[in-house]
Amino acid sequence: MGKDSKLILDPLTDNNPITIQVLGICSALAITAELEASIVMSISVLFVLGIGNVVISLMRNIIPSKIRIIVQLIVVATLVIIVDLVLKAFAYELSKTLSVFVGLIITNCIIMGRFEAFALGNGPYRSFLDGIGNALGYGVILIIVGFFRELLGSGTLLGIPVLGDPIEKTGLYAIGYENNGFMLLSPMALIVVGIIIWVQRSRNKALIED
Amino acid sequence: MENRTDKNSYTVIFAIGMVIVVGVILAGLFGYTKPMITQNEEIEKQQNILYAMGVNENDETSAVFVSTDVAPEEFGKNITEQIVITVDSSGKILKTQTREEYVAEYNKEPYLIDVKKQQAKAKRGEPRQLPLFVGNKDGKTFYVAPIYGKGLWDAIWGYIAMDENMVVQGAYFDHKGETPGLGANIKQRYFMDDFYGEHLLTEAGVFKGITVAKGNADPKNEDKTDNEVDAIAGATITGDGVTAMIKKDLRLYLPYFETLKGN
Repeated sequence: MGKDSKLILDPLTDNNPITIQVLGICSALAITAELEASIVMSISVLFVLGIGNVVISLMRNIIPSKIRIIVQLIVVATLVIIVDLVLKAFAYELSKTLSVFVGLIITNCIIMGRFEAFALGNGPYRSFLDGIGNALGYGVILIIVGFFRELLGSGTLLGIPVLGDPIEKTGLYAIGYENNGFMLLSPMALIVVGIIIWVQRSRNKALIED
Repeated sequence: MENRTDKNSYTVIFAIGMVIVVGVILAGLFGYTKPMITQNEEIEKQQNILYAMGVNENDETSAVFVSTDVAPEEFGKNITEQIVITVDSSGKILKTQTREEYVAEYNKEPYLIDVKKQQAKAKRGEPRQLPLFVGNKDGKTFYVAPIYGKGLWDAIWGYIAMDENMVVQGAYFDHKGETPGLGANIKQRYFMDDFYGEHLLTEAGVFKGITVAKGNADPKNEDKTDNEVDAIAGATITGDGVTAMIKKDLRLYLPYFETLKGN
């Protein structure tokens, strides 16, 4: 039990895919300008990584090692396309919200990274837990970054103004506060991730590499 | 002992098998869902057109379409005429068809005209079909035209509702893959609503379009005759794409609007 729960909990903290393994940075930069997109992306990755890890794990004994990366890529692309088609047919509104993320999920290196590092060598149940754990660890960072970028960049959270109206000059804006447009640009996501890494490593010195 | 999965023959057979399995699954699913997806897309076009002319269920902050089950009915009720204007490469009107004439000739509803294909035709120097949807709501006449262009990553498109003087009466924008939180915000109310009341023409009646402008010193968008709306921070290229598609596509409608005034 202890070993299995570690699969879920470790990626949330000391083996976080973004801050420790440095996987999935590209999407962390691309879509964290607002909180809602971060949440949608986290849920999508949770779904694809959970199922994908199980599929790869079930196939692990028959996948030829020479073409395993291509096989992994096909599995994830197929999964994403199936989800996309089904949503387009039965939940069109939702599919439009998610369409932007489809390409980002297929190329998300966390997914390939977990297939390669875990699912190829472990059973389906443990692979499922590993997938869920890593997707949650990824989601936590995405949501933290999305929270600060939307709050400081646009003064809103989930699209709702929380600091007042920047044009009418109410709330914080009345005393001279300004939104920091820089926060909306991708490099600032890297800086926010950097700060998270800094906080994390100063709390746990064992994480610092030589 | 060599693992059997390392053999070349196994690898080749596995690859072929995998391609067949994945191909069959995806092709089957695609064939099964295609009619539903096509129908969803047609309804979406109707919703977009209706949205631009103000037939929607917007709440205070977010853009909401009329629901999918009533969209075809609302479309029939609010859109009184679908005109197709055929122009040659110099922009001269060759013919103007009503919906009935167009359906009789092409066996297709005018609102399903693919703007992208028509742009490609114009590029080859062939005549281009311009659909224009005439709507009537609360006694007011709206002329809704589709536009299509390029954003940062992929296609962007929209529908602009105008009055007979080419003053914008409503706008709807959408995109295929703009960055969430930045370019994707062209489909947010705060951006689309800014277009309301903007003039596409100068006072002299020359087509100028509407520029999505940075630092236009009018963030509240009070000046409606400056042919500018305020840009979205961090979405320069998407904004330029919006400017370009408005300029390129709506310009072609000017000769038709001039004939309206002549009557």
